[in-house]
Amino acid sequence: MATDSSAATAAASSSAAIRLEHVSKRFPGASTDAVADLSLEVRQGEVTVFVGPSGCGKTTTLKMINRLEEPTSGHIEIFGRDQAATPAHELRRQIGYVIQETGLFPHRTIAENIATVPHLLGWPKARIRDRVQELAELVGLEREQLERYPASLSGGQRQRAGVARALAADPPILLMDEPFGAVDPIVRTRLQDELLALQQRLHKTIVFVTHDIEEATKLGDRVAVLDVGGILAQYAPPAELLREPANAFVEEFLGRERGLRELSLIPVSDVPLERRCELSPGASCEEALAAMDRAGADWALVIEDDRCAGWVDRKRIAEAVPNVSAAAVPLARWIGPNSNLREALEVALTSHTRVAIVQDGERYLGVLPIERIAQRLEA
Amino acid sequence: MIDFLGDVLAWLTDPANWEGERGIGNRLVEHVLISVETVAIAAAIALPAGIAIGHSHRWPGLTTGVVNIARAIPSFAVVALALPFAIRLGLGIGYWPTFLALVLLALPPIFTNAVTAIRVVEPRVVEAARGLGMRERELLWQVEIPLAVPLILAGVRVAAVQVVATATLGALVGWGGLGRFIVDGFAVQDNVRVFGGALLVALLAVLTELGFAALSRWRSPRGVAQTAVAR
Repeated sequence: MATDSSAATAAASSSAAIRLEHVSKRFPGASTDAVADLSLEVRQGEVTVFVGPSGCGKTTTLKMINRLEEPTSGHIEIFGRDQAATPAHELRRQIGYVIQETGLFPHRTIAENIATVPHLLGWPKARIRDRVQELAELVGLEREQLERYPASLSGGQRQRAGVARALAADPPILLMDEPFGAVDPIVRTRLQDELLALQQRLHKTIVFVTHDIEEATKLGDRVAVLDVGGILAQYAPPAELLREPANAFVEEFLGRERGLRELSLIPVSDVPLERRCELSPGASCEEALAAMDRAGADWALVIEDDRCAGWVDRKRIAEAVPNVSAAAVPLARWIGPNSNLREALEVALTSHTRVAIVQDGERYLGVLPIERIAQRLEA
Repeated sequence: MIDFLGDVLAWLTDPANWEGERGIGNRLVEHVLISVETVAIAAAIALPAGIAIGHSHRWPGLTTGVVNIARAIPSFAVVALALPFAIRLGLGIGYWPTFLALVLLALPPIFTNAVTAIRVVEPRVVEAARGLGMRERELLWQVEIPLAVPLILAGVRVAAVQVVATATLGALVGWGGLGRFIVDGFAVQDNVRVFGGALLVALLAVLTELGFAALSRWRSPRGVAQTAVAR
């Protein structure tokens, strides 16, 4: 039920959901603009990330979309309609809003927090109750946690509750202001993955603000890099951003690990895998050495029925009695087809065979040698 | 000393001392009534004003100013000042000057606590409430006031305890209450009566304090109380 309307709107077109036209904001008493003549379009059904250093106006811009701040000049359209024509509180009820975890109401249970907007909209109680259950399932909250207060939940759980609260009335647009800023890196990665999975189901138009370029390139379909004073430095999909930074500011902001970050955007499935010297587990020592000589290899994988039993090198093969399966060393690390090239590179670098082994669950798919990863970066 | 305390106890427990217009019973009722009335009036004035100013986040220096002025004026002076006022207004001596003085005394703590209580509500929580589409009125009643309840009640508690203690001074301007026993006892050098009256006032103040502590536990938002316990 929740996904129907948003999936339909996303399918309708990839047109602009939000359009900023020459938007400027100067706070009272300030001598410079917080946001200067900003024009950009946020596409429907996409994740658009505003990223930049502090003072770049990214949060101010976000807040102008739901009228928590009013532009000094310029105007903003939402689905083709001037956003200033709708009373602020009505507009906001149609736009999900997520901020750092402390934005939950501490005096209300998680269920009550999630029910905030349906409650404001005057939904009947039974409908609210059903919706809260549905959302808890969607974001991964336990039923038992719904009756607890925010203070007794972990940071990650609170953040899930915040997302559920924003999605409660099924708004087509979701604004997220540094939502994962207050959780530890491990939880943050998990929440990012959950958001991406959620977005695959819901196809919301999401505007996400962060100061973390890595988060921006991971989550964004499009990334707007803002410079201090609210100047749009570049607005492009992450891969393009990393490949062709528009100017020195963007290049500097992307940081030194630009190449590595670009790799993290490419899935392993985009690169053809290789097969190297493979042995059957029943092969004898002599057969194995002969096969490796033919392949010109110092090591080989022991493969049986699409499964990799381990690897051997020439030294170990000498001890292969009665056959190579006795000498095979089980794999320590491998990657899945959904991993990215940065992870592949990491695995390849720490393996002395200089390849990353790719497996889909138990099924052996092939290897990704370090040279191939490097080639991809130069391409 | 023991004899003296025995005398005080005897005075307090003698049913004859509790009867009549001048008895402990009536003085106690007078004392409690004027305290309840003045704190209620002060709250009716100071709570809406304080909550509105706290919500507006204007005049940041106001609360400190009010507190400093209130501290600088002794309770006795308020009673003394209220006397000519009451006479000028044709309210006479006794009840009204006392009433006026106690209301003036109760206003500052209730007001400043209400302002502060609303002001210190976590800005992110307020921002989230607005961002989700709450109108100002909804924000105030559903978020700010519930979260401010403990601090608001603390202000009323301070005012109430002060009023209960200070209502004693009403006897100096010709009003009743428990202060009668102290003032009259003093005049005739009846130390038992002075001490008995003082004891009753102290007991009443302690009871007020305990009552508000219970009220605060009962009315405080649950999730917030949990946090306090967890820390």
